[in-house]
Amino acid sequence: MTRFENTRPDPDELLATLIGEEDKLHRGRLRIFFGMCAGVGKTFTMLQTAFAEKQKGSDVIIGYVETHNRKETEALTGGMERIERKKVEYKSTQLEEMDLDAVLSRKPHLVLVDELAHSNAPGSRHTKRYQDVQEILAHGIDVYTTLNVQHLESRSETVAQITGIVVRETVPDEVFENADEVELVDITTEELLQRLADGKVYAPERTRSAVENFFKVGNVTALREMALRLVADRVDKQLHDYMQSNRIRGPWKSGLHLLVAISFYPQSARLLRWAKNLAYSMGANIEALYVETPHTLIKKETEQLDRNINLAKQLGIRVRIITHHDIVKAIVDFAQKENVTHIVVGKPRVRDVFSMFRLGNFVNRLIRYSGNIDVYVLGSDLHAKDHFRDKVSVPSFTASSRQYLATILMVVLTSTGSYLIKDYLGYQVVSFILLFLVSILALFFSTGPVLIAACLSALIWDYFFIPPEFTLHIEKTEDVLMLFMFFFIALMNGILTTRIRGQEKKIRTREERTHALYQLSRDLTQAGSIEEVAETAYRYISKSFHCESAILLKDANGKLEIKPRCESGIRFTENDISVASWVFKNSARAGKYTETLPSGNLTFYPLSGSRDNNGIIALELQKVFTEGEQQFWETVISQISGRFERELLRNAAKNTYLLSESEKMYKTLFNSISHELRIPVATVMGASDTLLGQELPDQSRRQLYTEISDASIRLNRLIENLLNMSRLETGRISPHPDWCDVHDLSNQVIHSLKKELESFKLSVIIPADMPLVKLDFGLMEQILHNLVLNAAQNSLPGSRIRVKFFYDNGGVNMQVMDRGSGFGSEDLTSVFNKFYRGRNSRAGGTGLGLSIVKGFTEAQGGIVKAENRKNGGAIISVIIPSAGLAIEEENKQEEE
Amino acid sequence: MINQGTILVIDDELQIRRLLEITLSANGYHVVEASTGKEGISLAASVNPDLVILDLGLPDADGLEILQRFREWMDKPVIILSVRNSEDDIVRALDQGANDYLTKPFRTGELLARIRVAMRHTGEEKEDPVLQFGEIVVDLVNHTVRKCGVLVKLTTIEYNLFVLMAKNEGRVLTHQYILKQIWGMAYTEQTQYLRVFMAQLRKKLEDDAAHPVLFNTESGIGYRFGS
Repeated sequence: MTRFENTRPDPDELLATLIGEEDKLHRGRLRIFFGMCAGVGKTFTMLQTAFAEKQKGSDVIIGYVETHNRKETEALTGGMERIERKKVEYKSTQLEEMDLDAVLSRKPHLVLVDELAHSNAPGSRHTKRYQDVQEILAHGIDVYTTLNVQHLESRSETVAQITGIVVRETVPDEVFENADEVELVDITTEELLQRLADGKVYAPERTRSAVENFFKVGNVTALREMALRLVADRVDKQLHDYMQSNRIRGPWKSGLHLLVAISFYPQSARLLRWAKNLAYSMGANIEALYVETPHTLIKKETEQLDRNINLAKQLGIRVRIITHHDIVKAIVDFAQKENVTHIVVGKPRVRDVFSMFRLGNFVNRLIRYSGNIDVYVLGSDLHAKDHFRDKVSVPSFTASSRQYLATILMVVLTSTGSYLIKDYLGYQVVSFILLFLVSILALFFSTGPVLIAACLSALIWDYFFIPPEFTLHIEKTEDVLMLFMFFFIALMNGILTTRIRGQEKKIRTREERTHALYQLSRDLTQAGSIEEVAETAYRYISKSFHCESAILLKDANGKLEIKPRCESGIRFTENDISVASWVFKNSARAGKYTETLPSGNLTFYPLSGSRDNNGIIALELQKVFTEGEQQFWETVISQISGRFERELLRNAAKNTYLLSESEKMYKTLFNSISHELRIPVATVMGASDTLLGQELPDQSRRQLYTEISDASIRLNRLIENLLNMSRLETGRISPHPDWCDVHDLSNQVIHSLKKELESFKLSVIIPADMPLVKLDFGLMEQILHNLVLNAAQNSLPGSRIRVKFFYDNGGVNMQVMDRGSGFGSEDLTSVFNKFYRGRNSRAGGTGLGLSIVKGFTEAQGGIVKAENRKNGGAIISVIIPSAGLAIEEENKQEEE
Repeated sequence: MINQGTILVIDDELQIRRLLEITLSANGYHVVEASTGKEGISLAASVNPDLVILDLGLPDADGLEILQRFREWMDKPVIILSVRNSEDDIVRALDQGANDYLTKPFRTGELLARIRVAMRHTGEEKEDPVLQFGEIVVDLVNHTVRKCGVLVKLTTIEYNLFVLMAKNEGRVLTHQYILKQIWGMAYTEQTQYLRVFMAQLRKKLEDDAAHPVLFNTESGIGYRFGS
């Protein structure tokens, strides 16, 4: 059992592989031609490979290829279709870029894009070419591209160290790691140098300086080694993945988990790159951790921290931020909780004795607490300058001069007061008063003033209070001890309090955010419709982020609607809309402060759901998000998009339900209508056949004619009901209320049902003071007609049917009562449903009559209810709000 | 059988035309048939019928258009016979000069009665000083109304309304038409007046106000005096 478990692939990893595979199915495949440096023949090899593909009949085009006027290379491009390059004006020079949209609309099978690390001209959609490539891949187009090892983010530093040339154009490691194929293009160092000398790489005049600066044997060899190793590592990893997915027994990933602790120092960047390489070759997971301490960061530090965190993201490392006053404790706690196996920390530069002590302490403590976790301490980088060394220790003392002044004043005043009453108190008690004061001050002021207060009060106490007075000299040994203790306690008190306050402030921000998130999720839960969710999100964003926002959602066909879902101050320009649709399609953020289409005023974020995008959200940001805000925002947006997704899914489910309901309805309709239609038609056909076919006595003929006539009435009634139903269904009922006399109404209906009501006792009850009421006469006629007919059909001949009208509380009440069998208990709720046939109803009828009553009543804003009468029989009441106009008054006015 | 007059039937449904042909011929009318609006107009011009039965849903033109063209040169009665039963359509047709309407399906007896009423109204332009409807006698000269010989007290408006209705016996009068005639142009929306006075008239003149035979309601359209 244990053996089996050991050889079982890790299910999470398998799942991740599967998900990856699925994603890759829709994406185009990326093949990187990878080399140590320029001149090894990457572009040439790429073209050759592409040419072979083309020979096989594949649709290959050139998106962007730089031949550097090399003859062999140029010859290869000859037979291939090229996408015209886009000309971009920038600072009076004309730059040529790949026309991304042309490539996308051309939709070839394979596109060649040279120089993956290239930075696009300002004003392009993406700042980097690799982003263009990613977009192409997302559209399902395969890409061939070229890349040099020095352009890889994690290697750029090392390259700079080896060659002394800083590389600015870099590609995130993720792109390289996720490439479907990496083909190494390699030649020996000697061969490369020979090619350079022959002028095959650069034009002869450039070769000289190139060789001197970059193409030294040492450099090239180092770069080559680096490239070879990278590719070897990759192959190794592929083998591992293969074994994983094919359940081959072997050395499984040991579950290694690297944690790299970063800070706001520039050295962290190197630490991150190094750790990334280590994790890559070890096959380990990697995470970065930043511990937020009460130490207030100055602007430069904040910026560096943001840079470090961004770098980590570029390297594909997840960054976690926690707040703790003790860095070592925080790191170790986190590491233990997350099952970290290796901790990587940097060794800060030793500047003086104090920092050496601190450093030793830091490293020692880390090693002591970390237990069985390995700790790597990375040496400091001598080249990297400690940019803001001097300012690091200052911030705690940066307080306004007013604070210092206030502190000194308070101490002096308190001392003076104490001096006046010291004869009653004794000088020891004064020390407590001063101590108390320092503690109080620590609650309000920052460290600097508190330290001043502590020192000042110690001096004052010594000079003015401790005998002998007015000297710093102290006679008694216990007083000396007391002075030291005083100073120490005051100092500790002050520092600890400010530290707690600092932490408290951070916790408060965090708490505020947590609270805000809680409130958001609560409000979102309460929102009942998409509009309400949009409204809530909009309000919340403007409250928590102080910026305008607009939400665009996808419509039923999965396209992005251009109309914002909620009133918003944002007006979209043409440009904004195209950015929005880009964001929606590519589910990546874009716009201001991002690397994609940064020219506009708005920043767009996708509302990504678990399957596809639900829409986008646009923010009008006044400043770029800090790291904390960014994290907060990401949580908020995921909450919002989750809620939208639920709402959209619910709508979709509702539509499906409606569809299935209508299917059911259709069947019922078919059954009931076909029956109802066939019976009268059968009667007409049969009767007329008989009449045509044979001689009959007069009496029988009359009877048959009557049958035909009755059948046609029945048929006509059914058609009338169906037409009314379809008017209701299509929402084409628009009542035209007009003044009407309910006497008229009942007369009309009773007249039209004369035949059906013949055998019943009918009473119509209308109070003498019944006013004129404003109703749609036609609809009311139909309602009453159906109700009376329903009563007649459901009760025995000879029984009494009552029709009662009265006007009450601003509404017309119309009741139809019979002495039939009444409703069954389940009928009461469903009797107004379409095609519902009551339990006791007789043969015939479609179950449309009462549902039309309900529809017409509701169209006029009224309600209808069915009840059983106490002594048997049914009562159906229709109440419709209506204006009433007393007849008598109106009459009198006219008389005058 | 004596010829009662010529009737032009314009309807695109053969079955309806055949039914009308049989029914009307049996009742002594000479029937001319047209299946399109165009044909109907040219036939009307050549035959000069005494009455036209017009369907609103014709294949080549809207019946209301045909009606308008007729009314440009012809004052013979037109009865609309259509499946369109929305009140708006009917009121519009009546406003544009149709004399009466019936919706399909219809009772042939009803149609014949309407034809008779329509033909009667065109024939006579007489100003009889006394009108009689069963027990009710109206003296148009002295402005008095008697029922079973007993004087019925009517207000001026009631009297005017009654006379307007009585003079158009058997014809449907739209709300707007009555309001315009009795109260004036400004009152065409004030249907409440009409309801009130109609109720008063029924109370004073009908044998049983709950089952009126003189003042009949045409729901959503107007009133018809007599059957």
